[in-house]
Amino acid sequence: MNAVGVAQPRIEGPAKVTGAARYAADVPIEGLAFGAVVLATVTRGRIRDIDVDAVRNMPGVLGVIDHRNAPRLNPKAGGFFGPDGQLQLLQDEMIPFAGRPVALVVAETLEQAQAAAHVLPVTYDEEPHDTNFTADHPAGRPAMTIFDEPVDVGDVEAELAASSVVVEERYRTPEEYHSAMEPHSATVWWDGERLEAIDSNQGPFVIAATLATLFSLSLEKVRIRTEHVGGGFGSKGLCGPQLILAAMAAHRFGRPVRVTLTRTQVFLTTAMRPATDQLIRIGADADGRLRAIWHEPAFEISPLVEYIEGCTELTKTLYAARAIRTRLTAVPLDILPPYSMRGPGAAPGSFALESAMDELAERLGIDPLELRLRNEPAAGPVSGLPFSSRNLVECLREGAHRFGWGTRDHRPRLRREGSLLVGTGLAATSFSAGAFPSSATITAEADGTFTVAIGATDLGTGARTALTAIAADALEAGTERIRLRISDSDLGPAWSAGGSRGTTSWAWAITEAAEKLRGQEWRGTVTIDTTQSLGGLPGRERHAYSAVFAEVTADPATGEVRVRRLLGMFAVGRVVNPLLARSQVIGGMIGGLSMALHEEGVRDPVSGRHVNADFAGYHIAAHADVPDIEADFVPDHEPGIPVGVKGAGEIGNVGTAAAIANAVWHATGVRQRSLPIRLDRVLE
Amino acid sequence: MTNHHRSEISLHVNGVTHRLGVDNRTTLLDTLRENLGHTGPKKGCDHGQCGACTVLLDGRRVVSCLTLAVAAEGAEVTTVEGLAGDGELLPLQQAFIRFDGFQCGYCTSGQLCSAVGMLAEHAAGWPSSVTADVSPDGPTPVLDAAEVRERMSGNLCRCGAYPSIVRAVLETEAAG
Repeated sequence: MNAVGVAQPRIEGPAKVTGAARYAADVPIEGLAFGAVVLATVTRGRIRDIDVDAVRNMPGVLGVIDHRNAPRLNPKAGGFFGPDGQLQLLQDEMIPFAGRPVALVVAETLEQAQAAAHVLPVTYDEEPHDTNFTADHPAGRPAMTIFDEPVDVGDVEAELAASSVVVEERYRTPEEYHSAMEPHSATVWWDGERLEAIDSNQGPFVIAATLATLFSLSLEKVRIRTEHVGGGFGSKGLCGPQLILAAMAAHRFGRPVRVTLTRTQVFLTTAMRPATDQLIRIGADADGRLRAIWHEPAFEISPLVEYIEGCTELTKTLYAARAIRTRLTAVPLDILPPYSMRGPGAAPGSFALESAMDELAERLGIDPLELRLRNEPAAGPVSGLPFSSRNLVECLREGAHRFGWGTRDHRPRLRREGSLLVGTGLAATSFSAGAFPSSATITAEADGTFTVAIGATDLGTGARTALTAIAADALEAGTERIRLRISDSDLGPAWSAGGSRGTTSWAWAITEAAEKLRGQEWRGTVTIDTTQSLGGLPGRERHAYSAVFAEVTADPATGEVRVRRLLGMFAVGRVVNPLLARSQVIGGMIGGLSMALHEEGVRDPVSGRHVNADFAGYHIAAHADVPDIEADFVPDHEPGIPVGVKGAGEIGNVGTAAAIANAVWHATGVRQRSLPIRLDRVLE
Repeated sequence: MTNHHRSEISLHVNGVTHRLGVDNRTTLLDTLRENLGHTGPKKGCDHGQCGACTVLLDGRRVVSCLTLAVAAEGAEVTTVEGLAGDGELLPLQQAFIRFDGFQCGYCTSGQLCSAVGMLAEHAAGWPSSVTADVSPDGPTPVLDAAEVRERMSGNLCRCGAYPSIVRAVLETEAAG
């Protein structure tokens, strides 16, 4: 019986190691035409002309779609943050950011489409732009408040004034890019009145619903499938330009059309994590008890669509303090609209908070581990709600034990190995847990198997394997009797693989469906929707926790920082599959390492354009950057969510950057308050 | 289109010879994927920066996105689909599954082909930039984790499967 909790390799493993697993651009389609996207090369302005005649007669070219002949789209279409102007492709001559698609060239072959797209003459009337993000930008205004709303508990000014030690510092993180290895690709065709698509996205149902609204189709007229997805990290949570443009072209040319973005286009026109500039003030008594935390981040957005980089969510829950004040400022600029990237808000937010805590420990002369243990809250410091389960202390203590933290001399710049400076650092962190409504259908088949259908998707998270185990236990059957169907919008409403709420949301639906089938003595078919039962979830502080420990070397002669050890202890609720969950949190930690040391989108201040939009210029961690990473789980259980899971997709990213930055301080004696920790920021 | 834009070539892929006409601009990657149905090699960047398209050309690893199809004529091309032939999975492929050396799987074809090529390079005595003794008569470098990381750094993985990949490669090498 218990498949949950057992380490099992991925179900699709053999398909992935033999090249048989098909991703969106891999599926063979008869009569396929190819679309190549043309992006705006100016940061703000209007299209003066697109000289379609210049390419119309090139070999194989079927035609060009631009704002003059594109179908009209429904401006109400959007997503989590409301109507989304980024979806309104080819609707007018306005250029709101460099990288905005201005045309799609469609041709018989990929080479022909690309050749024509490269030479398509597009002229612009440029207008002045502003891409210069600063926290005190005059256009800054309060961020929208559907989550991470501002709070003001206690008397922050008075508590700071009464504090023995106050840390007041700014922390900055740059524009960062999801960089999933699979570029966004969609293949679309019309089957009579029905739009069919194979698309790389994080949730086919949500995307189908958005696409239906956008093209004013009823939902049953849209079907989207997403069998294997080559990573998403947030960037495929949106209805992507590849899908919208392919849908336009399939309609126009009456045949299947595939649109795959180039790597550079993925950088320029999908999504990014916005730059942040965060002012933190923390005050404490001499014994390390926190009196006040005042966290005021600013981040950049686009006027096209709202977005919240919820940097202060941790600040409201991680530590006990008498007063907590937070306020998020959004600065609209002429940039690619930002969107959630792995550990949204929490990754940059925790860099600021956990760096500031380390600075506080330094100024107090207290062990950074001890400082955190002394400020463990009994209830939500802002909400007053009880914690559903909180095992941060266990993570900190167990991690410290395994890492050998106890022998650390907390003074900086004491350890040398030859020319290298050596240091260690830690960070504590949390990431919110929860679930969203989903539906599931289970059919008891005549052969004794169960068909479990749910609109989940597996981006590499291991969802296919995990949900099979969850279904097996819920149905009191072996995994060999479970036939899981996912990745298809026709399977009904389901939350996406996002917000660390994929497994929780889908596990809930599968468990509830299985209970109903049990009531039918395991016969027939049941379909359930969890909207109602989710509403009964009691209000709690519900979070996953982790403690991350890092050891680095810094070379003062070259500025090079290398991570030598990285250890994470996690409390993520019940672990469905230890092998895959460990991979997921280690992967997150590598994302955090990459954020700490490598990743930085660079903008040319004159043109406003992103100048390092490929893997030669935008560095992500490679094999040689990554040590053997230790990660493990402390016993944990989420009482409110079936199976006891909390989600492990994003917390690995969170905290790692601060742990590394704190270790760099310990090695060098110099604080790193801006990411990434580049050579020039370490060089002496 | 006139003849000087196209060529008739023979490509030997995974033991099968294909005679086909290609646009001279076409990369080996696009030919494999779009003309021959070998979608195992992946296009991650099309610029030789990510390694997802890595295949073996006469046993040596190349990024097929920077190789023109016409330039591969006469060579033996091995893609991820051909690593195991018709038989059971290579020990390396099995180790990738056992150690969970991938998550999304998109870079995996390239990681595997790269690892096969890399192990052959090492067996032939090639040094890497972390090899201590690179003199011509120096010893064959011991293939430790640092060597594997260095030699595999042309293959990016955004999911962060690197430690498991290194473990799978070392385990396979140790098992001989």
